[in-house]
Amino acid sequence: MAAGGKGGAKPAAAPARPARDGLGVAIVCLVSWLVPGGGHLQLGRRGKGLVFLIALPVMFGIGLYLGGRLFPFAWSEPLVALAAVADLGAGLWYFAARFAGYGGGQVVAATYEYGNTFLIVAGLLNFLVMLDAFDIALDRK
Amino acid sequence: MASHVLWLTIFAFFVSLVFAVLLRDTPREQLRTGAMMFGAFVGAALLLGWLMVPFPL
Repeated sequence: MAAGGKGGAKPAAAPARPARDGLGVAIVCLVSWLVPGGGHLQLGRRGKGLVFLIALPVMFGIGLYLGGRLFPFAWSEPLVALAAVADLGAGLWYFAARFAGYGGGQVVAATYEYGNTFLIVAGLLNFLVMLDAFDIALDRK
Repeated sequence: MASHVLWLTIFAFFVSLVFAVLLRDTPREQLRTGAMMFGAFVGAALLLGWLMVPFPL
């Protein structure tokens, strides 16, 4: 005797609420950039959103603690400018750090390069998180 | 604190965590992928560090 012929399959991930229209998708991307994980939370992916919400700002904070530098947009030095774009990926945390006067960089600190690495990678990872939220919003994932 | 190994390990942990959560959907898969990635990060760093003793840059 077969029990429960219907409804046996269940979704592996939490159900998402995709934003179909262009404005909705743009808002998801903006929120995801400004608040790491915010786009996932907005789309109902709470577990993923919470991990990003905690992990990425912690990485950014460690980068500042280690004496990393928030690079300026010096387009005459392409690598510095690219690092600045990567730093900007941290969203509101980037602006908060700038506003509070952090991120000057302690070049003589032994951990200076580690700090830069944490800051840059935190921003780049948030760009990936934003792209993931974009895919979810378009119902691709 | 200026322990290079400590910061390397913390960096590997966070990057592995974010990638595992980003790329996988179930907790089991996330744990497996994250552990593999973390091991690869730390293992590769230790291997390269060990190789730099006989072959310094």
